[in-house]
Amino acid sequence: MVRTARQARLDATEAGLRDLLVAGVAGDESAYRAFLVALAAHLRRFLRPRLASRPDDLEDLVQECLLAVHNKRHTYDASQPVTAWIHAIARYRFIDHLRRREGREIATDDLDDEVDPGAAAAHEAADARRDLAKLLGLLPDRQRLPIVHVKIEGRTVAEAADLTGMSSAAVKVGIHRGLKALAAMIRTRG
Amino acid sequence: MKTDALIDMLANSAGAIEPGFALRRFAIAAAIGTGGAALLMATILGPRHDFAYAVRLPMFWVKLAFVASLAGLGTIGAWRVSMPARPIGSIPRAIVAVVAGIWLIAAFALAQHAPHGRIALVLGSTWTSCPWLIAGLSVPVFVALAWAMKGMAPTRLRRAGAMAGFASGAVAAFVYSIHCPELGAPFLGTWYLAGIAVPAAVGTLLGERLFRW
Repeated sequence: MVRTARQARLDATEAGLRDLLVAGVAGDESAYRAFLVALAAHLRRFLRPRLASRPDDLEDLVQECLLAVHNKRHTYDASQPVTAWIHAIARYRFIDHLRRREGREIATDDLDDEVDPGAAAAHEAADARRDLAKLLGLLPDRQRLPIVHVKIEGRTVAEAADLTGMSSAAVKVGIHRGLKALAAMIRTRG
Repeated sequence: MKTDALIDMLANSAGAIEPGFALRRFAIAAAIGTGGAALLMATILGPRHDFAYAVRLPMFWVKLAFVASLAGLGTIGAWRVSMPARPIGSIPRAIVAVVAGIWLIAAFALAQHAPHGRIALVLGSTWTSCPWLIAGLSVPVFVALAWAMKGMAPTRLRRAGAMAGFASGAVAAFVYSIHCPELGAPFLGTWYLAGIAVPAAVGTLLGERLFRW
């Protein structure tokens, strides 16, 4: 009996998310918004037990997964279960998250014990960096890569052109349009 | 950023996606890759010079069916592994069945020959070049398929790389079969598969690096 109740709840989640996503991908903005809200709640439930030792990371990872689902929404095949699709993406992002966290912890281990008056500022800066990464993730490659190479990594336009295989003019146009798009996103978000 | 703010932003910037957008993009990439391999074959190798005669031989069509079915199965497999949690279904079994089929025909052919002639049947006259030409022709197909798959969301990267490599090798073998003078099943079951195995192995090795997102 318990199992069938659980199964019924899963079926309801599946049908609800699926209908909202299908309508959202077809262009229904309010359905898509409802999908994302339901998805965030679903992701929290799915990821919380996996992040039991790091509850602080939960919301970060939920956001990463939201963004990944959004960016990859064209890979959902409506004949397939949507929860399986979401879980596969969330699991993939979760593993990636762990991998990057390991790298970060090795890099900051030495500093952990010191009481640093700049820690709050550093924390804010880290938040800002993560926000920027999310916004950048929304840009198409032809805008994102020039900005990352030139504005963040400090390479020259010519180097960025080499790295991306774009022409120098295309790199400049990409930076210009990408920064404009970023500014617009930051304005609408506040 | 608050999660609600992120949701707002994503919902505002979403818009509609045309139905079939991903599949169309994938199919176009596969067609461009196949066209690239065909162009390479036509300009560097050319079709076999007795092509008009060959099309009258049943074995020519068996060979074409062999490589065409591997190419088709490989391409469908590459499409499926590009989507999170999409089961690959019966594709691996079907590939095994096609390979078993050509080996069965090869076994009959070998059984009909005296033992000392069998090795010649396996080696044909082009075994030294065949696998490498197939591997070479697979490059444009691999580039096109990898581009399309990067735009999707493979979550098991080595498997995705292996499937991309296998599919591009099989498409290359199909294109190569228009040039290739060999018709013996023992030859096809050995050297064609060796040629497909090269990009499949390379794809498996590159998968993690190529498809990470």
